[in-house]
Amino acid sequence: MKRALIALALAAALFETVGSVHAATLKATLIGLEDDPRLERTRLERAYLGHAGGPAIDGVQVALAEGGFELDAAGATIALSPATARSIEAARAAAQAAEKAGAAVILTDLPADWTLAVADAVKLPVLNVGAPEDSLRQQDCRSRLYHLLPSERMRSDALAQMLTSRKWSKLLLLIGPSPQDQQRAATAQASMKRYGLQVVASKPFKLSTDPRERDLANPLLLTASNAYDAVWIVDSDGEFARGLPYRTVLPRPVVGDAGLVALAWHAQFERYGAPQVSRRFFKAAKHPMTDRDWAAWIAGKTLLALATAIPKGTPANWAQALAKTSVDGSKGLNLSFRAWDGQLRQPLLLTDGQGVIAQAPIEGLLHPTDVLDTLGADAPEKLCKAAAR
Amino acid sequence: MKPIPKLPAKAILVASLMSLTGAGACAQGTVYVSSEKDDALTMIDATTLAIKGTIPTCKRGRHLQLTPDRKLMLACSDSGVADVIDPATGKSLRRIPLGEDPEAFDISPDGKTIYVSSEDDAAAVFVDAATGKKLKEVKVGQEPEGVKVGADGKLLYVTSEVASLVHVIDTATGQVVKNIKVGKRPRRMAITADGKELWVTCELDSGVTIVSTADNSVLATLKFEVKGARAQDITPVGIALSRDGKHAFVALGRANHVAFVDVASRKVTDLVLVGKRAWNVALDKDEKRLFVVNGLSDDLTVVDVPGAKPIKTVPVGRVPYGVVVVE
Repeated sequence: MKRALIALALAAALFETVGSVHAATLKATLIGLEDDPRLERTRLERAYLGHAGGPAIDGVQVALAEGGFELDAAGATIALSPATARSIEAARAAAQAAEKAGAAVILTDLPADWTLAVADAVKLPVLNVGAPEDSLRQQDCRSRLYHLLPSERMRSDALAQMLTSRKWSKLLLLIGPSPQDQQRAATAQASMKRYGLQVVASKPFKLSTDPRERDLANPLLLTASNAYDAVWIVDSDGEFARGLPYRTVLPRPVVGDAGLVALAWHAQFERYGAPQVSRRFFKAAKHPMTDRDWAAWIAGKTLLALATAIPKGTPANWAQALAKTSVDGSKGLNLSFRAWDGQLRQPLLLTDGQGVIAQAPIEGLLHPTDVLDTLGADAPEKLCKAAAR
Repeated sequence: MKPIPKLPAKAILVASLMSLTGAGACAQGTVYVSSEKDDALTMIDATTLAIKGTIPTCKRGRHLQLTPDRKLMLACSDSGVADVIDPATGKSLRRIPLGEDPEAFDISPDGKTIYVSSEDDAAAVFVDAATGKKLKEVKVGQEPEGVKVGADGKLLYVTSEVASLVHVIDTATGQVVKNIKVGKRPRRMAITADGKELWVTCELDSGVTIVSTADNSVLATLKFEVKGARAQDITPVGIALSRDGKHAFVALGRANHVAFVDVASRKVTDLVLVGKRAWNVALDKDEKRLFVVNGLSDDLTVVDVPGAKPIKTVPVGRVPYGVVVVE
């Protein structure tokens, strides 16, 4: 019955028959990439930690389906319609079309610059589920832009906390060739600085078997001639990183994009009712729930929280309520949005891909107001100049 | 599971009632603790507080409760059964199928029906205690947890952790008659001695929502505060009420304390430090001692109730969950 309800609402939204008659339906549009390269079959099969496991719509739909009872009890309805864009212009147009059709919230699973273009094209709140870039939380932040996926900074802070708690303070930093890797390496270094870790050497690497490039490509050569407690690898592509653990000269752990990775979610997380969420997701989407899936799922939970809090709301009511909304992400705490940059506060899981080794914030860490704010840019840093929510 | 013909089942019930009256003289009490990762119950001598031994049981035992005829009933989430154990012999009497992933249950006052929360199916399942037959399945919100039968047995209360609702179900028709919005992640429930109030612990709300059983309205919300702990870290789960209905005992989860609450004034009178992630609680017969299972320190704290002081911590199984005292 719950499924039917969503399908019905979905159909209604598609045919644009829903006018002002059902003003109380919370309409949302999820804009994704057309022919998303992250979802190519071989890419999905490799299942690199931190990469997409499937389309974002799956997570949102699982959340809405499990909220059927809540919606019924509150007399609320949500209509989710998916859209895809082939270009930044198309993404902008899709957002504007959704706004015109009465959408209250836009969800985006898009690259950072596209996400920003969408946020600037409409007057609606935008829930970013796919772009982890810190720029969207800092210099390019917007008052109506909310982030469900943890930022890169949050992830590197989580790792840095873990290393600090283990007293593994001397790090060998290996950095991939892409501009994204350069950016993420800078973020990682900011986290290392924040937690007092030391980079003993920083080296570029390259995926290659060319003997002339062996200094860049051979893990043994890359990890010789330094003393370090751990190797931190920044590899947005993932292939080189996957092959690094156990191939270092010294018997030291690998962290970053392989070995130990900080993520929003892992399907093997055992606490706080997490296995039930992962199981429901697996049943519906036929693959284990990744951290990207969790971000999409929690976006769906956010829509549910809005619709059930104000069942007869208007887009303006919901937009206003969003900043104060808190959601239960099955990570043991109530999760809320940071007033200064719209990021959803959340614990992160440190995983080796087989299980969850630790949670961040690491136990014992202190913060003047909320220990979750030890992950990512904190208020006093004033990195986002947009008006506070 | 073969269905058992009706007549012999009744005979078993009568026989067990007789054995209860026969064993009445045995005053020695035992505390039974279920643990999620041992497939066994741990037995503790209620007087000496020493471990007496373990009883092997079904897989991933969670909710533990006494049946009206004073047998131990344990729901095993991984085995999908309830194990019924005779505390006199420590032997399993029978296993009742409870469906997929049962978490908690309650039993009708006549002992004939078991009401189970089925976490995976998002349902409250009615099971015939004698035959193990599924009588009804009532769809509820996701991750149903606490199950409580109303004072007269006509209504059933089931919490949904995800929907933050208490479902009120008519036990005769199996219809949900009301969904009550309570605090975030409602877990366990207790009904006051006069039957008028339903206390619902809400894990992510640092409190208890108090519901009127007369009209299903929310009467009050009690918020807990623990010095040095933030609201986020106060995650109430287990709850027990004294027989006279004057005192409530609430385990505060990650805050590692148990709160003593004066029911009439709805005020906390004492906070007692226990182990890590205080989960479920049980009182002994004269209500002098409170037993608190600590899910993340694999132990049980014994609390002296009049003095509001912890007196001993006893190591039990891995990830202890439920506790029952048999005297």
